[in-house]
Amino acid sequence: MGWLLFAFVVWFLGWILNVWLARQNRFVWFIPIVFGLTLLLIWEGVVRGFQISPILLPAPSAIIVRFGASTNILWQDFVQTVIKGALSGYVIGCGAAILTAIAIDRSGFLKRGLLLIGNFVAALPIVGLAPILVMWFGFDWQSKAAVVVVMVFFPMLVNTVQGLQATDVMQRDLLQTYAAGHIATLIKLRLPAAMPFIFNGLKIASTLALIGAIVAEFFGSPTLGMGFRISTSVGQLALDMVWAEIVVAALAGSAFYGLIAWVERRVTFWHPSQRKA
Amino acid sequence: MTRALFPILVMIIAIVVLWFVAMLPMNAHQAVLEAERAGAIVNPDTASARTGLSGWTLLYRNFEPVTEYAWMQERPRLPGPHQVFAELWNTTVEKKVTSKRSLIYHSWITLSATLLGFALGSVFGILLAIGIVYSRVMDLSVMPWVIASQTIPILALAPMIIVVLNAVGLSGLVPKAIISMYLSFFPVVVGMVKGLRSPEIMQLDQMRTWFATGGQTFWKLRLPASIPYLFASLKVAIAASLVGAIVGELPTGAVAGLGARLLAGSYYGQTIQIWSALLMAAGLAAVMVGLIGLIQRIVLKRMGVF
Repeated sequence: MGWLLFAFVVWFLGWILNVWLARQNRFVWFIPIVFGLTLLLIWEGVVRGFQISPILLPAPSAIIVRFGASTNILWQDFVQTVIKGALSGYVIGCGAAILTAIAIDRSGFLKRGLLLIGNFVAALPIVGLAPILVMWFGFDWQSKAAVVVVMVFFPMLVNTVQGLQATDVMQRDLLQTYAAGHIATLIKLRLPAAMPFIFNGLKIASTLALIGAIVAEFFGSPTLGMGFRISTSVGQLALDMVWAEIVVAALAGSAFYGLIAWVERRVTFWHPSQRKA
Repeated sequence: MTRALFPILVMIIAIVVLWFVAMLPMNAHQAVLEAERAGAIVNPDTASARTGLSGWTLLYRNFEPVTEYAWMQERPRLPGPHQVFAELWNTTVEKKVTSKRSLIYHSWITLSATLLGFALGSVFGILLAIGIVYSRVMDLSVMPWVIASQTIPILALAPMIIVVLNAVGLSGLVPKAIISMYLSFFPVVVGMVKGLRSPEIMQLDQMRTWFATGGQTFWKLRLPASIPYLFASLKVAIAASLVGAIVGELPTGAVAGLGARLLAGSYYGQTIQIWSALLMAAGLAAVMVGLIGLIQRIVLKRMGVF
């Protein structure tokens, strides 16, 4: 009963605090942190108050303890899934997509066809290819990288092709008066102009890459990796381990996304969306 | 559309041709083995000598036996379009809909979870977006988390959600629909917040000069203005919802549904079954996205946007 009261008080205080902070117009960055902390404390209070079994929903404190106790395993899984599987596939897939977009850029015929097919494929459940690619490339990280390559390729291609069309006639004419050739126009005008679109694609692809690498492990993997650990820990009803892996995935995903957003601010500082209000 | 028709046709033909060509090296080892069993002379002549060779080398050295056997195997590494379509025909038209071997039966199971999750996710997403647009506290506290949660691979949660809900007593349709809902509500929230905020200050001021109440501003300005954004998000959401339903079927031990067909196919090496389930899922996604596009056209036409 005490813990339920605690959860209720935390909820009430968090709410009041956030309403007050929102009126202040200062410390705005603090509001989501208060919201997140409040949620965690309510979670802790409800789990303890109702005495929810840890095989249904472990308390945040139990997850933190498990996280601290198994950093070794978590690190190995992180290296296997994120560094080897997701990152290598991400680099290959995005690189190939950008190069393909530049290659087909001169042909309106290829662009129209590939763009529509790309849009179609981007809506398909690509994760379904995972069992086939696992069969072809084996259980280790190569098959996960292959899934990631297929998943990120088309969104990236569509974005880059759109980005390369983002210059207007005036700008291209100007470069023509400078007697700039195709390559010079590409490097000095069209690629920089395409950067906001390319970074948009890179951000979308970063989430897809993690999902692809983890889900592909459900179809077969060596005895390590985040997807493997999640599916086996669910089988052992060790849900605190599952949540610890999810924390790792969330941290890795946010860090990955944040890194791309940081590079984007450096590269496309000229774009209106990057201006400070 | 007609301008794009020709390039697309050429692309599709190119893909089919490439597919048939790719079958040769992919299936070369098995094809040479079958040819050897049938009594043909192959080079090199023992299976152990062939294991290290690439598919292309085998194809080059045994062109005739490979082309004879690679396109019609029982369990090829890469089945051909003709095999996949034959399997699709067999499992949809030839089988009764109630049969466990009918792909329509499995598709319906996946589709029902997809649609339920999509409906729940859209309604939840729209309500959340309205809350975010009208309450500054909610905007400041919830919105960053909605964006942050997009960087978390939600699909990784799928096995746990299924097992936990099973333990609580929910099984079958609902857990899968919950995963679909989780995946489909993000695009709707983000799109709807953008859409509900899309009216310009001038237009909002205009409503104020007409002495419009908050409700009137919502129903007559903000909601209509958000409809194009809503449809764009719904298209993304339904595709995500289908992925969620398929992945949600994986941990339940492959009982029924398209995800189960994928998993069972990968357990037993039934590549043709995997490809036909995959193609069916692709078809479903295309039809659903197309259907939303159609509704979008009709609604926007009625609203006078086009």
